[in-house]
Amino acid sequence: MFFLQQGPAQTTNYMIAGYTVIFGVILFYVLSLFLRNRNLKRDLETLQELDNKTNV
Amino acid sequence: METKPRLLTILDGVTIILLAVATALVFFFTPIEAVMGNVQKVFYFHVANAWVGMLGFMASAIAGIAYLRTGKRSWDIVGMASVEISVVFLLIAIVTGSIWARPVWNTWWTWDPRLTTAAIMELIYAAYLLLRQGIEDPDRRARFGAVYAILGFISVPLTFLSIRIFRTIHPVVIGNADPSAQGSFDMSPAMLRTFMFSLLVFSFIFADLLWHRIRLGHLADKVEQLKLKVTQ
Repeated sequence: MFFLQQGPAQTTNYMIAGYTVIFGVILFYVLSLFLRNRNLKRDLETLQELDNKTNV
Repeated sequence: METKPRLLTILDGVTIILLAVATALVFFFTPIEAVMGNVQKVFYFHVANAWVGMLGFMASAIAGIAYLRTGKRSWDIVGMASVEISVVFLLIAIVTGSIWARPVWNTWWTWDPRLTTAAIMELIYAAYLLLRQGIEDPDRRARFGAVYAILGFISVPLTFLSIRIFRTIHPVVIGNADPSAQGSFDMSPAMLRTFMFSLLVFSFIFADLLWHRIRLGHLADKVEQLKLKVTQ
């Protein structure tokens, strides 16, 4: 691919694409953890209320 | 739900700082590789992501053994958390490898032994996540997960060693590459330091995310048990 080229190949766009994927996917995963945590906390509150009502 | 431990908050902060330092090192400290150009900089985090992938699969196998020995549900949560994180990071490694390969190998994908074994490993653990969801009984699910994680771990050394035992075009970072490898390069001291630091940083990221994911797993377990109690 780089046969007879002079100087480093112009591959900056691929580097940008690579780091976009790395940070994008990590951010997406962290966000998913945050959202799942929030939803589970809500579910827990609702279930605890229901549980308290049935115990009364 | 317990409040967030102070140590976890500290770990969050340290991890973010370390990631910022590693990113700065990659972009401003390491030299531009003489042949491949800037795309070579993907290598630092590409390998680190693959490292997290394999580390997590190893952790899930250990958690699987611990679950089968003790029967404690918390080991199942650890195993599940490790696999989920590792599937995400291995996916990043595969995609970034493909992006690197396009200008270097002149193709996005080739059925090279390393690429093939990595893809199989990813699919094995993606299937673990899917199959678990189909089992309702928590104890059966945990037993299944433990056995699957132990058996699935066979794919990890196979993937790691694939570039050392098979004829391959994939470069070998540590050790001697196959003569047919394309895209190999000699690491300068700055490159080596950044590479080792990136591995350390991604180990921190793994530990941090694993802690968060385990806490989430315990919370989900609590919700599931309460749901069963309320509906009965």
